[in-house]
Amino acid sequence: MVGIAGYGCYVPKRRIKVEEIAAQWGEDGEVMKKNLLVREKTVPAKDEDSVTIAYEAARNALKRAEIDPKEIGAVYIGSESKPYAVKPSATIVADALDITPEAHVADYEFACKAGSETVFVVYGLVKAGEIKYGLGIGSDTSQGAPKDPLEYTAAAGGAAFIMGNDNVLAEVIATYSYTTDTPDFWRRDGQPYPTHTGPFTGKPAYFHHVINSAKKVMEIAGVTPKDITYCVFHQPNGAFPLRASKMLGFTKEQFEPGWVAPYIGNTYSGCSLLGLASVLDVAKAGDTILVTSFGSGAGSDSFIFKVTDRLEKVRNNAPLLKDYAERKKYINYATYAFLRGKIKMREG
Amino acid sequence: MLTIPRAWREKPQRYLFKGGKCKDCGFVTYPARKVCPKCHSENIETVDLPREGKIITYTIVYSAPEGFGDFSPYPLAIVELTNGARLMLQIVDTDLDKVQIGEKVNVVFRRLLVEGNAGIIIYGPKATVVEDK
Amino acid sequence: MREVAVVGTGVTQFGYLWEKSWRDLAVESSLEAIKNSGVDKIDSIYVANFTGGTFVEQEHMAAIVADYLGLLHIPATRVEDACASSAVALRHAYMEVAGGFSDAVLVTGVEKMTDVVTSQGVYSLAMAADREFEGYQGVTFPALFALVARKYMNDFGATREQLASVAVKNHKNASKNPKAQFHNIITIEDVINASMIADPLGLFDCSPMTDGAASVVLMPLEKAKKLTNAAKPIKISGIAQATDTIALAQRESFTSFRATIEAGKKAYEMAGKGPEDIDVTEVHDCFTIAEICAIEDLGFFEKGKGAQATADGLTAIDGKLPVNPSGGLKGKGHPVGATGIAQIANLADQLRGEAGELQVKDPKVALAHNLGGSGATVVVTILEVV
Ligand SMILES: [Zn+2]
Repeated sequence: MVGIAGYGCYVPKRRIKVEEIAAQWGEDGEVMKKNLLVREKTVPAKDEDSVTIAYEAARNALKRAEIDPKEIGAVYIGSESKPYAVKPSATIVADALDITPEAHVADYEFACKAGSETVFVVYGLVKAGEIKYGLGIGSDTSQGAPKDPLEYTAAAGGAAFIMGNDNVLAEVIATYSYTTDTPDFWRRDGQPYPTHTGPFTGKPAYFHHVINSAKKVMEIAGVTPKDITYCVFHQPNGAFPLRASKMLGFTKEQFEPGWVAPYIGNTYSGCSLLGLASVLDVAKAGDTILVTSFGSGAGSDSFIFKVTDRLEKVRNNAPLLKDYAERKKYINYATYAFLRGKIKMREG
Repeated sequence: MLTIPRAWREKPQRYLFKGGKCKDCGFVTYPARKVCPKCHSENIETVDLPREGKIITYTIVYSAPEGFGDFSPYPLAIVELTNGARLMLQIVDTDLDKVQIGEKVNVVFRRLLVEGNAGIIIYGPKATVVEDK
Repeated sequence: MREVAVVGTGVTQFGYLWEKSWRDLAVESSLEAIKNSGVDKIDSIYVANFTGGTFVEQEHMAAIVADYLGLLHIPATRVEDACASSAVALRHAYMEVAGGFSDAVLVTGVEKMTDVVTSQGVYSLAMAADREFEGYQGVTFPALFALVARKYMNDFGATREQLASVAVKNHKNASKNPKAQFHNIITIEDVINASMIADPLGLFDCSPMTDGAASVVLMPLEKAKKLTNAAKPIKISGIAQATDTIALAQRESFTSFRATIEAGKKAYEMAGKGPEDIDVTEVHDCFTIAEICAIEDLGFFEKGKGAQATADGLTAIDGKLPVNPSGGLKGKGHPVGATGIAQIANLADQLRGEAGELQVKDPKVALAHNLGGSGATVVVTILEVV
C-alpha cells in the first residue's frame, strides 16, 4: 500500500492585509477582498527563502513519518523562487535533514504545479520499488509585481510529503495528470516578476485543466463527488478553487477545510499541498481526499487519497497549519516592500 | 571574502546542529571539540543537539556590522539548550519586547549570511521565542 | 631576573585624526617615548595592533615602524590579541628585558580606525569574537557587552543610570585631558537618552572609534636609575596575563570576567600587593558595564556593588579609588591596539606627579587593566614609584 508516510507544513509569521496593499495603490480593499476571496497573505522574513521554508516543512514531515532520514531515497523541491538560478535547492534541504548522500535529489519547476509534481514522482519511484521512501516538497516565496493583481495574493509557504509503501497515514487510490501547452502565466529568465494573461488564465487555463484532471481521476478511482470527504484545488486566489469546486458539484463542507488561500494567499508551488496538509490536520480514518493542483503553462496533477488510522496517531507530532496560521504579525506596505526586495538598498 | 569552503566544512554544526558530548563528564559543547573544556578528556562523541532551550541573556542590536544591516534591530541571545549546551543565536520572528531572560526558544533554520547578489548563501541555526497559545 | 622599569612614554592626540596615517602616529609616539627615555640605543621593538589588515589593509607593521624610525636591523615584532594587544606586547617586552636579552625595548601600540565607515569598523572589530559561532549570528562588540550588562542588571538590580555614571565620570575626566578624544561634559540623561547601539547600551555607553598611538620604553630598573637625562623610572612590579573562552556563551559567568580575576590575582601576587594597596587605576572601560565588572573582578568592590559605588562617586578623581582619571577608553578614546600602552603612560604620569589637572593625590601604586575581545585575553600590570 503506497501512500503518505508523513506530511508537514510551514508558513512565515508575517502577514499583510489585502486592504493595506489596496490602500497603497488607491484601490478599494473591500472590493479586492470580495473579488479575490483573500483577506491577507504571508510574507517571508529577510532570512527566509524557499529553502528554509522547505526545510521546516520537511522536518515536520519527518516527525510524522517517524523514520530514519537515511531511508529516504529521493528528495525533490518544486519551486519558482529558487534562491539560486543554477544550483539545486534540494541538496541543501537533503543535507540539512541528514538524508544525503544516498539519495536522488533534484529541483522541479512547473509554475505552481512543481510541488505536486514532486509528490507525483516520488510516489512513482516508491511504487516501482526503486526507493523505500521519497520526499516531495512544494515551497515558494512567490513573486508578484508591485501594483499587479498578483501582488494581493503572492505569498510564502510550503508543504512536504514523505511517500512510502508501509505504515502510511493516507493511501494513494488514484493519480492522474492532464497537460497542454497553454501559456497563461510565465516568468522569463532574469525577470524579477511573472507576467500573466488576465482572463486567459481562467477558463482555458485553470478551469480547463483542473476540471478535466479532477473528473478523470475520480473516474479512474470509480468515485463521484459524493464519495469524496474533502476536495483540494490549487488556489491562485480564493475565488478560482471555490468556483471549481462548485462546477464539480462539491459542497462547502467538502471544500472549506482545504481552502487556505483566504488567510495564507497563493504560495505557488506550496499552494495545493498546503491545502492537502490542512485537510490532513482534520481528517479521520476512512476519509477520502481529492487533490488537484494547477501549474500555468499548463497542467494539473490529481490524487485521490484514503486516510488510514495512523494519521490520528502521528498528527500531533508536528505543528498543524492552524498553529502557523494563528501565529502572525501584521506589517505595513513599506515593511512588505523592504522584505520583498522592492526597495533598492545600498549594498553592504 | 570567499566563504564557500568554510561554510561547506561547517555543515555538521550549521545544517545538522551537531555538538560534542564528553563521554567522561557529560559536558556538551556547540560546536564539538577535540578536548573537553571541563575535564580535558578527549573521549568526545558527536551528538544531535536538542532544538529547544531558554534565554540566559539577550540584547537588541541596533548598530549592525556589514552584512547584517537588513536585520537590525535584531535580538541576539545566549541560549542554553535543554541538555545544557550554550550558544549564541540570533532571535527571529519575535516582537522585541517578547525577548526576555528565561523565555523558551526553538531553534530554526535560516539564512545566516549572503555574499552580495552573486555569492553564496550560508544557512544555519537561529532561534525563535516560543509563543504562548 | 632583572627588575624592569618604564622610562620614556609617548602618547599622540587621540581622536579622528584625518591628517595622519597609522605610521605617522606610530612614529610620533615612538619618537616621543625614545626621547623621554634618554637612551641612545633601542635593542628591540614591539608593535601592537589589532586589525590593521582590515582597517588600513596593512599587516607586518613592526618592520615598517622599525624602518620609519630609522632603527632597521634590530628585532621588531608585531603582537595581536584584540584590544589587549599592547599590554600583551608590554608583557613580552618586560620578559625580554627581565630575562637579560635586551636593555632598551620600545613598545608601540597603534590603531587607525577612522579610514573606514562605521559598519565596516564594527565588522572588523567583531573579528575579535568567535567568527564562526558569534560573528555569523551578527554579533558586535557592543552586543557582547550588552549581553553582560543585561545579565548584570538582572542579577544585581543595577540600573541604566548607575551604568551611565561611568560614562559621565569618564567624560568629566577626559575634559581635563588635552589628548583625549572628547572634552564635552555629559549628564546621566544624555547617556540614557542617546541612541541605542545594543540594548541596554546606548551610544554614550560605548567607547568610540579612535585613531592614536602610544609608546613606552622599558629598561632594567638598575640601569634606568643611572640615566640622568631621563624621566623618573617607574617600576613594573607585577604583570600577568590570563585567558578565557573566546565565545561568551561558553563562560561560567556572564557578569564576571574570569581572565580579569586570574590575571589580577597573579599580578597582585607578583607585586606583593592587594587591591587595598592600589592608589589609582586605569581599567578597560570599552563599555560602561566593562568598568563596573573590572573594578569588581579586580577586588576593589564587592561583586554587584561596583555600579552603585560608581554612582556614589567612589571612583572619581577625588574618590576613594580614582578609576580612569585619564578619561578611560570612553572619554580619552579607544584606538584598540594602543589602549594598553596609553594606560601605562597615563599611570606613569600619575606616579611621577605629572598628570596635571588629572593628577590624583600622591599615588604610590597603580594598576592597569587591559582586556581583549569580550574578555578572552586580559593583562593586569602593577606599577610602583621607585
Ligand atoms: Zn569532560
